[in-house]
Amino acid sequence: MHTRIHCAGVMAVVACLYVPMPSHGAAPEDDGQWPMAAHDYANTRFSPLAQVTPSNVKSLRLAFSFSTGALRGQEAAPVVVGDTMYVVTPYPDYLYALDLSKPGANLKWKFDPKVAPGSQGVACCDVVNRGVAVSGGRVFMATLDAQVIAIDAATGAEAWRTKLGDITLGETITMAPLVVKGKVLVGNSGGEMGVRGWITALDAASGKVAWRAYNTGPDKDVLIGPRFKPHYDSDRGTDLGVKTWPPDAWKLGGGTVWGFVSYDPEQDVIIYGTGNPGPWNPEQRPGDNKWTSGIFARDLSTGEARWFYQWSPHDRHDYDGVNENVLADLDLPGGSRKVLMHPDRNGYLYVVDRTTGEVISADPYVAITTSSGVDLANGALKYNPDKEPRGGKVIHDICPGSAGGKDWQPSAWSPRTKLLYVPHQNICQDASTYEVSYISGTPYVGADLKMKAGPGGFRGELAAWDPVARRKAWSVKEKFPVWSGALATAGDVVFYGTMDGWIKAVDARTGDPLWQFQADSGVISQPVSYRGPDGKQYIAVLSGIGGWAGAVVSGGLDIRDGNGANGFVNVMRDLPQYTKKGGTLYVFSLP
Amino acid sequence: MSSACLRSLAAFVACVAVGAHAASARELRVCADPDDLPYSNAAGAGFENRIAELVAADLHAQLRYAWAPLQRAFVRKTVGEGLCDVFIGVPAGFERVLTTRPYYRSSYVFVSRGAEPVTSFDDPRLARVQVGVQLIGNDLAATPPGHALAARGAIDNVEGFTLMGERPAAARMVDALVQGRIETALVWGPQAGYFAARAPVPLHIDIAHAPAELADLPFEFSISMGVARGNRALRDELDGVLARRAAEIDAILAAYHVPRTDRP
Repeated sequence: MHTRIHCAGVMAVVACLYVPMPSHGAAPEDDGQWPMAAHDYANTRFSPLAQVTPSNVKSLRLAFSFSTGALRGQEAAPVVVGDTMYVVTPYPDYLYALDLSKPGANLKWKFDPKVAPGSQGVACCDVVNRGVAVSGGRVFMATLDAQVIAIDAATGAEAWRTKLGDITLGETITMAPLVVKGKVLVGNSGGEMGVRGWITALDAASGKVAWRAYNTGPDKDVLIGPRFKPHYDSDRGTDLGVKTWPPDAWKLGGGTVWGFVSYDPEQDVIIYGTGNPGPWNPEQRPGDNKWTSGIFARDLSTGEARWFYQWSPHDRHDYDGVNENVLADLDLPGGSRKVLMHPDRNGYLYVVDRTTGEVISADPYVAITTSSGVDLANGALKYNPDKEPRGGKVIHDICPGSAGGKDWQPSAWSPRTKLLYVPHQNICQDASTYEVSYISGTPYVGADLKMKAGPGGFRGELAAWDPVARRKAWSVKEKFPVWSGALATAGDVVFYGTMDGWIKAVDARTGDPLWQFQADSGVISQPVSYRGPDGKQYIAVLSGIGGWAGAVVSGGLDIRDGNGANGFVNVMRDLPQYTKKGGTLYVFSLP
Repeated sequence: MSSACLRSLAAFVACVAVGAHAASARELRVCADPDDLPYSNAAGAGFENRIAELVAADLHAQLRYAWAPLQRAFVRKTVGEGLCDVFIGVPAGFERVLTTRPYYRSSYVFVSRGAEPVTSFDDPRLARVQVGVQLIGNDLAATPPGHALAARGAIDNVEGFTLMGERPAAARMVDALVQGRIETALVWGPQAGYFAARAPVPLHIDIAHAPAELADLPFEFSISMGVARGNRALRDELDGVLARRAAEIDAILAAYHVPRTDRP
């Protein structure tokens, strides 16, 4: 499993190439580590390391590899602090600590959280884990059976564990925790099963719950009080988390939190997206269904809501609102603005004032038929009623399909190129005749969903988005959805992976292909970069096909069954010809 | 049906199963939910447990269960993983498996208490009284009554019961009826029949027919056994058992108060 590192000491060179982070989200101080899934609080996934450049990246070669021993979808980011790399697997959520100071990166310890096997049957899409966070000498992980566990980073000994949810109610956790100023932030998954969504802050020292905010229900549960100042009228009023639903429907309202959380130290707020409303069919939940499929800014210490905006009110396409929010300060035509950038499942790339929730711009980054734009005067998404799913009706070309223009796979931002690197899919769907379905002894007729490639015929793309010019600077088209995260580096090289198993490097300014490596399995994880104990820049990526898009391989689905994985199998029938199950950490460096 | 009657039936089936065990090493591997009455539970108290015992006896096979919650993607996680071979009950035409001939047909039903129960979507009270409905828990999907209630404007007075949870949704719905929290509940027939029969107060069960504007939406489903797609040999064998044992299966279903629409 391990191969030897062949290394040359170039510590002095690295020191010269160190580029400081922009002030927002700079904490923790950057030092070549990768301490959390998104690298930093701003969710940039930007490494300030610059040894690897467009001119030398073609010499990248494997430094070592490690088999994770779990063969489901590997969506995690390897995390590096000090001389140790921490790798978490999909269910059963094994956590490995690898000693980077030893040749071949020896295993220091392995932690098995003993996750309840029943949680596998509950997870909606795959039994993924999106990564751990390291802070104050502890590793913080969330498990599929809705526990949060703190582990001593040096020894692998468990410090505490707190059970936050109930798998018998359909509650799981798949997200990567964020740890800020002694608080561990996590949210639940399972919105389609009738879970009520929440985000919870735990005390990092003790594991005790500091606060919990629900994303549906009365203001007191949502932690909405006098400091709540949403930008748009549609988000103002009392108890909208109740009033925008039929009576009591909010109790099973969804609005879960399974994406990435950002933190803005200037305002001391956390920012995160909320999941789709569920489990009601749309016609049984008339109203905006707040606070689902939107974005909250909350006070870190108390959880109090500061502002909210709803990407997809009354979400009728299962779009969710959980995609990442990347914080940056932009020089826009009207002057410098403190913004967040958010490529939503609904197909728009939003630039939002992160201090107020005002939408500054919202432009399509994929083909969209379900709406005709965002009204910047009132923030409203202008739905197209012709593409609304209705019982018994055949609807073609719903774009984007229910996986959205982009799903969970996170973007990267380079403060050098001022481009947002957005890995995404290009998939539409047809909703047609019913098929007979059956869950827990209850028959029903579900929509027959068939996803298909969107306009152009390709299924995935890495797009470099210019948020000032509001257009793509360049893009690389891929055969399959780009279901991995992106990594930007100060060497102006961008890394990502493909579902057919290529780990790729492209020029950050032009998108020109520079280097690629064939992994044992499709890549749907989050590539990272770190400075090793030897001073060299390393690129680390997990292979292991799976997730919603890759279930046809990881779940062994029948390719004849286009409806499988809620219609995703239809557009991924050829994936088994290109890749197989796997789970390997690959780490690369220059010779 | 009395519990004594159930016990004697169980004893009979158990004897048959033991006999089969002694005669043959063949195994009948049944995929079953460990906690989903009236169908099955780990104690063997469900009607699908009884039918599984009957089938195993007929095939001179030893009955072995693979217990798995029959939730989302249950076919892939059971038959798909090679853990078991047979589902005792799935809807006829369920595409993810190869199905046998149907052996019973049931319907969504109104379960109500009181002297004048709601029995039709045309009843104007349906837009006023508290109504319970099962929530599927798969993106945007609803039960047929869920669609019908929305079509008839029953929105604010509907209480949803998720299929996920400590006990079957139908059990919690019957509790809500008994407590008076809801006046009528729309429940899949076999679940309704079983839990209504165990309620401490008399409850009415009436077949729910699709409202006129949703005439294409099925409220009745035929139920078959299911095997892995491609396993025609086992499917054909099971068809034979169903033909031979029809009377005994009917008796089991009757003992569990399954409302039938394929019987007068």
